[in-house]
Amino acid sequence: MLEINDIIKPENLVYGKTPVLTDSVMHYCPGCSHGVVHKILAQVIEEMGIQEQTIGVAPVGCAVFAYNYIDIDWHEAAHGRAPAVATGIKRLLPEKMVFTYQGDGDLAAIGTAETIHACNRGENIVIIFINNGIYGMTGGQMAPTTIEGMPASTCPFGRTPERDGYPLKMSEILATLPGTCYVTRQAVHTAAHVRKTKKALVKAFENQKMRKGTSIVEVVSTCSSGWKMTPVNANKWMVDNMFPFYKLGDLKNE
Amino acid sequence: MGEDIKLMKGNEAIAEAAIRIGVDGYFGYPITPQSEVMETLMAKQPWDTTGMVVLQAESEIASINMLYGGGGCGKKVMTSSSSPGISLMQEGLTYLAGAEVPCLVVNVVRGGPGLGTIQPAQSDYFQAVKGGGHGDYSLIVLAPASVQEMADHVKLGFDLAFKYRNPVMILSDGVIGQMMEKVVLPSAKSRWTEEEIKELNPWATLGKPKTRERNVITSLKLQSDEMEEHNHKLQAKYQRMKEEEVLFEEFNCADAQYLIVAYGSSSRVCQKTVEIARDKGIKLGLLRPITLFPFPSDRIYELAQQVKGILSVEMSAGQMVEDVRLSVNGKVPVYHYGRLGGMVPSPSEVLKAVDEKLIGG
Repeated sequence: MLEINDIIKPENLVYGKTPVLTDSVMHYCPGCSHGVVHKILAQVIEEMGIQEQTIGVAPVGCAVFAYNYIDIDWHEAAHGRAPAVATGIKRLLPEKMVFTYQGDGDLAAIGTAETIHACNRGENIVIIFINNGIYGMTGGQMAPTTIEGMPASTCPFGRTPERDGYPLKMSEILATLPGTCYVTRQAVHTAAHVRKTKKALVKAFENQKMRKGTSIVEVVSTCSSGWKMTPVNANKWMVDNMFPFYKLGDLKNE
Repeated sequence: MGEDIKLMKGNEAIAEAAIRIGVDGYFGYPITPQSEVMETLMAKQPWDTTGMVVLQAESEIASINMLYGGGGCGKKVMTSSSSPGISLMQEGLTYLAGAEVPCLVVNVVRGGPGLGTIQPAQSDYFQAVKGGGHGDYSLIVLAPASVQEMADHVKLGFDLAFKYRNPVMILSDGVIGQMMEKVVLPSAKSRWTEEEIKELNPWATLGKPKTRERNVITSLKLQSDEMEEHNHKLQAKYQRMKEEEVLFEEFNCADAQYLIVAYGSSSRVCQKTVEIARDKGIKLGLLRPITLFPFPSDRIYELAQQVKGILSVEMSAGQMVEDVRLSVNGKVPVYHYGRLGGMVPSPSEVLKAVDEKLIGG
C-alpha cells in the first residue's frame, strides 16, 4: 500500500501555494471572498516577480490583517485613508509597486474623498475594492453599497432609499475620472471568474509599471456571516441580486 | 566671508529650511495664516533641485495620511496647517504616534474655537501637548519664538522625529509665521538615498528583500496584553524624551523675585516686559520653554524655590498655566494672564498684570 509520503513528491505535485502567501491561518469566515482574492493577488505578485518592490496598504475592516497573509511590506491605514497613504508612498517611491486593498465601507463611505481625489490625480497605484455590500468586521451593518431591500443590522427590514439613501456605484463614478486608466468589476465565485479576476489584477499592475494612472479592480464578493447565509446560498444570492445591480465587466480600459 | 543672512517671513523660513535640510516630501492644504509655506515650496520647484516632492492634497485628512505613507517608508515628510486644519489631522497623528512613524507637523496657530479668526493665538497648547487624538500618546512639541527658530526647528524636529520614531509638532502662531526677521538658513544637505534609509531606518517599508521579515507599519494589536506592552514601550520613550530633550531659555532669572513663563510670540512680548520692569527696579525674570513636550518642569520647580510668584502669559484662556502649576506643586502662587481670540498683549499690559497679580497679589 502507498504511504502518503510516497505520493507527496516534487514530481507528483500539480499545484502548490505561492511562497508570497504566508503560512498563517486566515481568520476569514468559510465562504468569504477575501481568501480567494488574497491568494490570486499573492500569485500575481509572485508571477510578475514584484515581491521585493511591492508595498501594500491594508484597510480597516475584515482585511485589516492582510499583512499577516501576504509576504510583502505593508502599511495599515486608518479607515478610508488608504488611497492617501498610498499616494504618500508612491510619490516618494515612484519605482515601487503600490496597491490598496479596501472594502466598501472603507472605500465608498468614510474614504470617498481620498478615493476620488487619488483617482482624479491619476496616482499610479492599484486599488483593489472588495464590494460585499455590508460591514463585515463590525458585524453586518449597512454599507454604502448595500442594495435596496437588502437587510443589515442597521437596516434590519432592508435598505430603504427614503431613509438610507441609495447604493453607491463607486466604480462607475471613478470610471468618469480622467486619472483612471482601468476600472473593472469582477467576482471570484467560480473558477472561471477567479481566472478573470487574476487577469484583471495582472493588467492593473502592468498599468502601474507603464505609469498609466489609477487602476481599480472591484470584486463583487460574498459575506456569508454578515448576510447570514451558507456560503453556497451566499454565492447564489450574489448572482441573483448583486450582479443585476453591480454588472460585471470592464467599465474603462484605456 | 560673512554669514548668508536673509530677511523673510517665518512661514517662508520653514519652507526654505525644509528644502535645504533634505526633506523628501511636503503634503499640505491651504489655510490662513500659513499658506506661504506651500506657496514658497511650489515657487522654489525643489523637485528639480533636491528631488523633494511637494503636493497639494484634497484635505488635511489626506495630507496627514500622505505623511503616514511617506514616513513609513523612512522618508522625511512634513506638513503645515493652522488650528482648524490641525484638528482634522488628529486622527492621522494618533495613528502616526501609535505606529511610531516620524514626521514633522507645523501648526501656525490662529484663534478659536471653531472657525475662529485668522489672527494669532496660543489656544492649541492642550491639543498639541496633551494628545489631541485618542489614546495615550505624546508628540514632541517645539515652540519657536523667532523666524530664526522657525528655520532651526525644521532640522531639530526631524532629528528628534527619527531619533524617537515619533511625530514632532512645531507649535508656532500667526505672529511668528507672518512676521519678517533676519534669518541664517541651514546649510544644504542632500536627501537620504534608499541605501541610507535602509541602514538608518531598518523598519522602513521599501519593499521586502528575501533577507529580512516583512516590515509592517501598524498601530493595531488586538490582544490586550500585546497592546499594553506596546503602550508601555511608548511611555518609556516619552519618559526618555523628558529626561533627554528638554529645552528652554532664561532671561534675568538668576536674581529674579518674580517669574514669567511664556513661549513663542508671548515670550517676545514678555522679554520686553522684563526689560521695562528691570528699569523700574523690579526683579522680574522670564523662562521660555522651547520644548512644550517635554516641559521644563524641573527648572521651573527650582525657580519656584527662589521666586515669590509665577505668571504664565499665553494668548489663551490659560492652558500652559496648568503645567506650570504641576511643576511648582503648590510651592508659590501661579497665575495666568492672557488675551484671547487673536489679541496680542502689549509689554506694558503684561507688566500691569505682573504688578496686580504677582507683586500686589
